[in-house]
Amino acid sequence: MNKVKNLIKSDAAKRLRRNHLAVFGLILIIILFIVAVFAPFIAPRDPYDSNFFRTLEGPSWEHPLGTDELGRDMLSRIIYGTRISMTIGFISVAIGILIGVPVGAISGYYGGKIDLIVQRFVDIMMAFPGMLLAIVIVSVMGVGLVNAMIAVGIVSVPTYIRLVRGSVLSIKNEEHVEAARAVGWGDFIIITKHIIPHCMAPLIVQSSLLVATAILWAAGLGFLGLGAQAPTPEWGAILSQGRGYIRTAHHVTTFPGLAIMITVLGFNLVGDGLRDALDPRMING
Amino acid sequence: MTVYILRRLLLLIPVLLGVAIIIFSMVRMLPGDPAVALAGVHATPEYVEHVRSEMRLDEPLPVQFAVFMRDLARGDLGRSTRTRQPVMNEIWPRFINTLQLTAFALVIAGIFGIGAGIISATKPYSIYDQTSMIFSLFGVSAPVFWLGLILMLIFSVRLGWLPSSGMGTPYHFILPGITLAAQSTALIARITRSSMLEVMGREYITTARAKGLTEKVVYLKHALRNALIPVVTILGLRFGILLGGAGLTETVFSWPGVGRLMVDSILARDYPVVQGSVLMLALLLVIINLVVDLIYALLDPQIQYD
Repeated sequence: MNKVKNLIKSDAAKRLRRNHLAVFGLILIIILFIVAVFAPFIAPRDPYDSNFFRTLEGPSWEHPLGTDELGRDMLSRIIYGTRISMTIGFISVAIGILIGVPVGAISGYYGGKIDLIVQRFVDIMMAFPGMLLAIVIVSVMGVGLVNAMIAVGIVSVPTYIRLVRGSVLSIKNEEHVEAARAVGWGDFIIITKHIIPHCMAPLIVQSSLLVATAILWAAGLGFLGLGAQAPTPEWGAILSQGRGYIRTAHHVTTFPGLAIMITVLGFNLVGDGLRDALDPRMING
Repeated sequence: MTVYILRRLLLLIPVLLGVAIIIFSMVRMLPGDPAVALAGVHATPEYVEHVRSEMRLDEPLPVQFAVFMRDLARGDLGRSTRTRQPVMNEIWPRFINTLQLTAFALVIAGIFGIGAGIISATKPYSIYDQTSMIFSLFGVSAPVFWLGLILMLIFSVRLGWLPSSGMGTPYHFILPGITLAAQSTALIARITRSSMLEVMGREYITTARAKGLTEKVVYLKHALRNALIPVVTILGLRFGILLGGAGLTETVFSWPGVGRLMVDSILARDYPVVQGSVLMLALLLVIINLVVDLIYALLDPQIQYD
């Protein structure tokens, strides 16, 4: 069993390595991850340190990405922003997994009334576009970075419910699950040991793509003024502050936008690559 | 088919009820007194009491819900706490503005997305195909609001060709339309491409070619029709996503739409207007989903109606 698993894994790994775009995406993510973790050592200045004599300056040797409307160093702010956005991406996806996976597994495994209720709930949530749903949740919970993160996480829950439920339905009557049942294992063990591991491939693919979406949505909320608030160096919030100066100092909007795009691109490339590598039969959307 | 339509309409009931429950509970889940939330933080105590007794906010939840549903059926969504105007009067003109912008963006996304996808599929892995796929990758990854700002910077600040904000002339539609459409165009191009490539490998295409039909006829008459079935569904779904993301584009270009109104109302704690905006957008989305399903059923004869 383990040997087969390793073989599949190494095959998938080989396919992934052959996909140059995915490798490029992976390198991007690793670099961003390092930047996020070591932000205080990499950033040349304090991201909150203002200097009113040097506001809205263009890129220079001293400030490689220029300064913002309070004379803060843009490079340092964007480096600290990496930390915030990566955290948002992973925490929101973690929220989605922690709620979505067990609910989806229970819904698919037991069926019946629980399944019906869960599915109606998913239908209603899916009827709303994600961004709108996130805005609605923030409107109830209140404006702010943490609430925006939770809102984006909740929005991803139905995707996980549907995905896990689908996988459970397709394998719950397979022989190895029946065998486990015949041996007398309880439902909990069967679900966690025999069913969830089989959903791993689509879960990993979906999570990578959802990290990208979560970062994009949270930045959008920050831009609208519903997420991170000034002076937090969150990319969306920086953009929203900087857009007032687009006529005179466009670097304040250009660079944080580029940072968002590069990060999202990285996770999208890896997600697409993983999808092709883990399941070559899947149609490439 | 009739049975299918009826079934589909029946399925709307739980979704609509769910939407109503979400909007109903939004205000009740807020910390503090819902009467204050609905009357506004700066309302006089008399007005707060008026709202409380009118909405029966001191009675049990089922009674409150009944009152809420009755008002909803009458199209009465209360009054804005900022302007004291009926919510519908505030929302309706903004809603139409958003609808116009979204429809325009959808047309752009449809024309350019399908066009680019077809050209890519006719010459897969050519330079054109590679470039357009790289563009679409960036289109999917770039934040909408940033793209809007960059377009504004280039075409209105630097070149001065197009107006940067507001609405009024047809020119005002161009930048917000392109901004809102960008992501969908990219996605539709990718889907059209893969769908075309899949269809082109089918046997009936080989048959059509073997009959001696020209490539043009094979592509446009035989392949495109079948390849577009999934694209139509995506177009419908994108309409909803465009509506959901319209607030961002509206913010960038100061477009007086319902998305921006909703965000401003959240920031000003004008909950009746927030409720009304969510309701209008949700109703429209439900209708769009229904229409997409029906079109899909009409286009694809393989779909089962039961």
